[in-house]
Amino acid sequence: MILTYLRRELRRRRRAQLVIAAGLALGIALVLIVNAASAGLRKAQDEVLQSLYGLGTDMTVGKSFQQPGASGEGEEGAEGGDARRPRFDFDAQEGEEQGSDMLMLDSFATLTGDEVATIAGLGDVAGAVGGLSLRDIGVNGSFDPGRIVQGEDGGQDQAEEGQDSGGAAPGGPGGSEGGESRIGGGGAQFDVNQFSVFGADVSRPELGPLAALEVTEGRAFATDETEAEAALVDADYAAENDLAVGGTLTMADTDFEVIGLTTPGTGESTADVVIPLATAQRLSGHEDEVTGVYVQATDSTRLDAVAEAIGARIEDAEVTTADDLADQVSGSLSTAADLADGVGRWLSSLVLAAAFLVAGLLAASSVSRRVREFGTLKALGWTRWRVTRQVLAESLVTGLFGGALGLAVGLGSAWTLTQIRPDLTAELGAGGLGGLGGPGGGGGGPRMGFGGQEAAQSAGRSLDIGLTAPVSADIVVLAVALAVVGGLIAGAFAAWRAARLRPADAFRRIA
Amino acid sequence: MYELTGVTKRYRRGKATVNALDGVSLTVPTGDRLVIKGPTGGGKSTLLQLLGGLDRATSGSVVLDGTDLSRLSEAKLTRLRAERIGFVFQGFHLIPTLSARENVETALVPLGLRTAERRRRAAEALESVGLAERAGHLPDELSGGQQQRVAIARALAKRPQVLLADEPTGNLDESTRDEVMEVLESRWRELGLTFVLVTHDSSLARRADRVATLSGGRISLTERTRGPAGPAPAPPGPPAEAASGDAGQLPAGDVPSDDVPSGGVPSA
Ligand SMILES: Nc1ncnc2c1ncn2[C@@H]1O[C@H](COP(=O)(O)OP(=O)(O)OP(=O)(O)O)[C@@H](O)[C@H]1O
Ligand SMILES: [Mg+2]
Repeated sequence: MILTYLRRELRRRRRAQLVIAAGLALGIALVLIVNAASAGLRKAQDEVLQSLYGLGTDMTVGKSFQQPGASGEGEEGAEGGDARRPRFDFDAQEGEEQGSDMLMLDSFATLTGDEVATIAGLGDVAGAVGGLSLRDIGVNGSFDPGRIVQGEDGGQDQAEEGQDSGGAAPGGPGGSEGGESRIGGGGAQFDVNQFSVFGADVSRPELGPLAALEVTEGRAFATDETEAEAALVDADYAAENDLAVGGTLTMADTDFEVIGLTTPGTGESTADVVIPLATAQRLSGHEDEVTGVYVQATDSTRLDAVAEAIGARIEDAEVTTADDLADQVSGSLSTAADLADGVGRWLSSLVLAAAFLVAGLLAASSVSRRVREFGTLKALGWTRWRVTRQVLAESLVTGLFGGALGLAVGLGSAWTLTQIRPDLTAELGAGGLGGLGGPGGGGGGPRMGFGGQEAAQSAGRSLDIGLTAPVSADIVVLAVALAVVGGLIAGAFAAWRAARLRPADAFRRIA
Repeated sequence: MYELTGVTKRYRRGKATVNALDGVSLTVPTGDRLVIKGPTGGGKSTLLQLLGGLDRATSGSVVLDGTDLSRLSEAKLTRLRAERIGFVFQGFHLIPTLSARENVETALVPLGLRTAERRRRAAEALESVGLAERAGHLPDELSGGQQQRVAIARALAKRPQVLLADEPTGNLDESTRDEVMEVLESRWRELGLTFVLVTHDSSLARRADRVATLSGGRISLTERTRGPAGPAPAPPGPPAEAASGDAGQLPAGDVPSDDVPSGGVPSA
């Protein structure tokens, strides 16, 4: 009888049920869409972070720079100073082109191989690899020593000449004035160029920045090429500098074979050149040192514990997690992500509440129009529960229908959004990566980011990420549950109240 | 058998209270038929609702075969309605979305019958009111008289002890009134029901053996030992039609008033 009655009611009051279902559907579709969009935004943000970090990297560890004051100014201090301060020796003859370059540490403090091993050995750590961020600074040019000249006018000419030939590099010192004969002119013409170099642990290509690199031409490192003099070159950098696979790149008087060209994969630029870690350590004179450690945790919920353990075991460790990094990403992507996280969630719960309220009111009004009917049933000996159950069944069907409708609309919208893939822009500003790497200045921490310097130099670099709207099964289940519960609540309460009336009272209600 | 003692029903509307029933005492023997008439607002519907357990008295007792309805729990009262009371309303009160047969079935649902048995009894009840071929029709598709006959079938399908009808012909035109009244009367005679009928129909009131008049919440009973010409008023099972268990006060009857209310119903 319940079913017969249910079928008849639903068929007869199709329109009212449809309105209620539509109300529920609206709420559910909205929740689905907002959820899918915010999941998409999170995914997009993850992509940005991954490109900054390397796939599968949960956190990076660096060292904060400590002024070597207290520990003494002995050999170590001096050595450190040497390492940071480039010194070029020019011995070429007059006018002759010559060049020199150095691989310099792109950071103020480093970790040791032992420390990397310590981190790798911590609980909850799935893997940890070190990386060495370097900067190759090269000077190319010719140098003119000053000449002894006679006469005042000539001196002036020579000085001007010297200035003219000064070029991009700081001009040579002007001639010293005064006297009948003096050294005049002289100057140098230099190009200073630099590019970023990253020493990567090629034995663990699945961890750290290597994981994010995509080799577009040539090949990647073999895992046994730990000491090879081979390089992966960023495709853009290679194009600018006429480098090709099979060509040769010279750094620190060493010829590297270009084995492959790369793109940053998910988006952010990497270092210009990637070489094996051991080679980088050797050529830069930083044996057994790394500027950063890329850590992957066994479980993303254990990140805090891992960070804490690292802080406890490694002196002056500076741990950066993806969350820290996410705070540094700005632009429409992060604005949208924030929006989805905050306003979106708030809005969707509001709409959901409103949809349920409307559905509830509609259901209540449709129940109140049936008070006499319920009174009749009660007069016939139906219990309050039996009457309520009947309405519950109707509400359940309406709720399921609304859920299905909402699901269809929501999934359709998410699918459409994914097809359109609207572009969002992530701003990876200097300030942003500054927090991570601490470029320039004295107080910065170690440079962690791969290609961080580029971002720092070209402040406001932006990255376009297509937005998708993935829908998770959880949300689908939740939405259906919401619809059913919403439908039930919508009808049940009003029915329970209506069925409470004595039949005589129910009949007196104006229908 | 109904035994009512000092039944009062008071409605409160804001500050004003209305005594819809004011100390009504009355006995209706099993199998007997009582016709209730009276001016509008007199308390007829109120009384019938108390008899049917659709409402509770403010004071006094309504006893049906030894059970005091005013003392029953809600659940027991509901059960009593389901099993023992058949109610016919002026406005039919059919469920608009259900067919005639399904409407009759709704009354059988609380009895917990098996589906087949329920169907069979519903069909039987419809047949007894002459609507067997209309079983599948919706109320909308039936005439007023037919709808009321469905309602009567619904009231009787459970095989109740009591049939209560509140102006069952009030919404019907002249020609269908008789049709419905005949059905009611024949069912009453056949089933040996205790039958309480509220009506303005004076011809029927004239035929009845016992007529109660409710006015201003007070009852007055008119007894007729001798039925008029027509059909022999011989209800089956009753102890004795003459046996007037009229605990009802004021048994005196303003007999001529029988005829008055048929036409112009005095405004309350
Ligand atoms: N729920 C209620 N609240 C307040 N007063 C009520 C209520 N129900 C009935 N009454 C009042 O009680 C009195 C009796 O009403 P009742 O419906 O029993 O009269 P009735 O004899 O059936 O009238 P009618 O012939 O018009 O059907 C009337 O004065 C009516 O106004
Ligand atoms: Mg009435």
